[in-house]
Amino acid sequence: MEPFRSHRGIVAPLHRENIDTDQIIPKQHLKRIERTGFGTYLFSDWRYHPDGSPRHDFVLNQEHYRSATILVAGKNFGCGSSREHAAWALSEFGIRAIIAPSYADIFRINAGNNGLLLIEAAGTTVQRIAAQAQARPPYELTIDLENQTIADGDGLSERFEIEPFRRHRLLHGLDEIGMTLTHEAEIARFEAAVLRCTPSQGYSNLGTAT
Amino acid sequence: MYKPKTLFEKVWDSHVVLEREGEPTLLYIDLHLVHEVTSPQAFEGLRLANRTVRRPDLTFATIDHNIPTTSDERFHIKDQIAAQQIATLRRNCAGAGIPLFDVGSGRQGIVHVIGPELGLTQPGMTVVCGDSHTSTHGAFGALAFGVGTSEVEHVLATQCVSQKKPRSMRIGISGALPDGTSSKDLILEIIRRLGTDGGTGHVIEYAGEAIRGLTMEERMTMCNMSIECGARAGMVAPDETTFAYLDGRPYAPPGEAWDKAIARWQPLATDEGAHFDKDITIDASHLAPIVTWGTNPGMSAPITATVPGPDNAQDESERNAILAALDYMGLQPGTRIEDIALDRVFIGSCTNGRLEDLRSAAKVLRGYKVHNRVTVLVVPGSEAVKQAAEREGLDSIFTEAGAQWREPGCSMCLGMNPDILAPKQRCASTSNRNFEGRQGRGARTHLVSPAVAAAAAVAGHFVDVRGWEYRK
Ligand code: SF4
Repeated sequence: MEPFRSHRGIVAPLHRENIDTDQIIPKQHLKRIERTGFGTYLFSDWRYHPDGSPRHDFVLNQEHYRSATILVAGKNFGCGSSREHAAWALSEFGIRAIIAPSYADIFRINAGNNGLLLIEAAGTTVQRIAAQAQARPPYELTIDLENQTIADGDGLSERFEIEPFRRHRLLHGLDEIGMTLTHEAEIARFEAAVLRCTPSQGYSNLGTAT
Repeated sequence: MYKPKTLFEKVWDSHVVLEREGEPTLLYIDLHLVHEVTSPQAFEGLRLANRTVRRPDLTFATIDHNIPTTSDERFHIKDQIAAQQIATLRRNCAGAGIPLFDVGSGRQGIVHVIGPELGLTQPGMTVVCGDSHTSTHGAFGALAFGVGTSEVEHVLATQCVSQKKPRSMRIGISGALPDGTSSKDLILEIIRRLGTDGGTGHVIEYAGEAIRGLTMEERMTMCNMSIECGARAGMVAPDETTFAYLDGRPYAPPGEAWDKAIARWQPLATDEGAHFDKDITIDASHLAPIVTWGTNPGMSAPITATVPGPDNAQDESERNAILAALDYMGLQPGTRIEDIALDRVFIGSCTNGRLEDLRSAAKVLRGYKVHNRVTVLVVPGSEAVKQAAEREGLDSIFTEAGAQWREPGCSMCLGMNPDILAPKQRCASTSNRNFEGRQGRGARTHLVSPAVAAAAAVAGHFVDVRGWEYRK
């Protein structure tokens, strides 16, 4: 996973709440067996007409936002399906960070596993950034994960909160599986302590609920 | 002194492999379910890193999302990319020794339908799947949640997930569900009240008189849709209803192991005095059939109401959301829900594609013909559900009424297979998501219970099924 330390980029506003993963990557594009090739289909129903031509009313098709790397959006971003294809599509398009008041749980985890930074900001901050991005594109922000700040070099400079472990993983681009496998002994001990039959015999233990 | 615990805490605590200060908990997974769409990249990741599947014996796969629902095409898929994804799953399962309930095996079906019906899902377990509606399995008192593909790979490699402990919420349901309503209406009502993010970060336990009175299938419908209010999982404490459902299922513990299992499962229920981070009570006795009018499952109204408008919004952003939804759905504020005319009806999905759901729809349809403008698809949740329904003759009730009786799969719940709507077509659907484009680009979805869907199929528009005249 690519580490995330600091990033400066153009902000694109999505003035919507509850942007679900069915919008981020519609189902007709989920049939690939690779992790790549999803960027072209990011927000495809919003981005293209049914004949495949671009819709000029969609923000990411407009001149100043085409190379945006930061999205600002309404609450509960990423709700709905667990499809990690949403995170892959965003990353492949070039999005490095999202700023919104809140996110859905599974999307938050998927983003973290793909080096995509989710910043949970107060509604007023989100509105302010969205308004700036709308009013004077290309509006750029600098996100410094090390110091947990977002700044526009023009009056906006705010600290954001992020769980320390999430921050640590992003900063170092750590592979979660590799980390867990260092605990092989604990996993093996757990399996041995808690007796389990094979499924063909019917499960047995499954927990020593106390 | 023993601290009273919730059902969720009991299951969580008994699966903790490792707890580290400031880091997520390493949680052991008892059952990992796999399907064709969210798994290929996980297997590929394992191969690239030279890793193997740790517990193929705790992993089970099926094919559901892509599969066509006509009897010949399901064995000869025309969509080459879908066919390749399915072939990849077969290869990955064979390579890793993972049992696959393949098409035509008699056990294939939607992953959240077959887990319970095979007895794989059991109380007290931790269950994951690369699918958000994994919350369904919580109906058995299991802790079950959806994960992304990186996590699927993590579970394949380690049989664990790395998770921050969610908070807990209890939704107590008092009263009993009135005739003509179902647990689908109840969960839609809950989602409307909580909002689509009201459960975020929480595991919900459904409790109270009304829940104890529900069948397993009705409980599954509720837990299934917990994700639609943002919850990590939904749970119901196991009881006699749970045990009776599981008894004798192919993977349920046999003989002596069964009695031991019951003894382990009984104490899972939440202790008296246990603490919940949130505790809500809802009275079910005045529940009406619910219909969604918008583009998320929280945008709904009782069937007797009218479509709301921007004036009903609490703030600017809700106002915008209502306007966008009305525009997409082609609806005017103030329209009576019962006056909304339909082109399609879909009965199926992991929410309402089980035998009882089909019975409930068939009971309404018996002796009637579907409206001549409406195309009706009935898609059983699994091969076993299909066979059971045919043994009872439900298939002939559907076909005599003019509905299409299809082969099992996710079908029009998400339209990854050929079953999709044309733009602007309007569908009453027993599934769980009415997002833009869910059933096809530009398609308009209204979520309802199986009984309401069946009544709408006959009338050509929504009708209050509480006044239905059932025919013999
Ligand atoms: S029926 Fe629908 S919600 Fe359920 S697993 Fe299939 S696609 Fe997902």
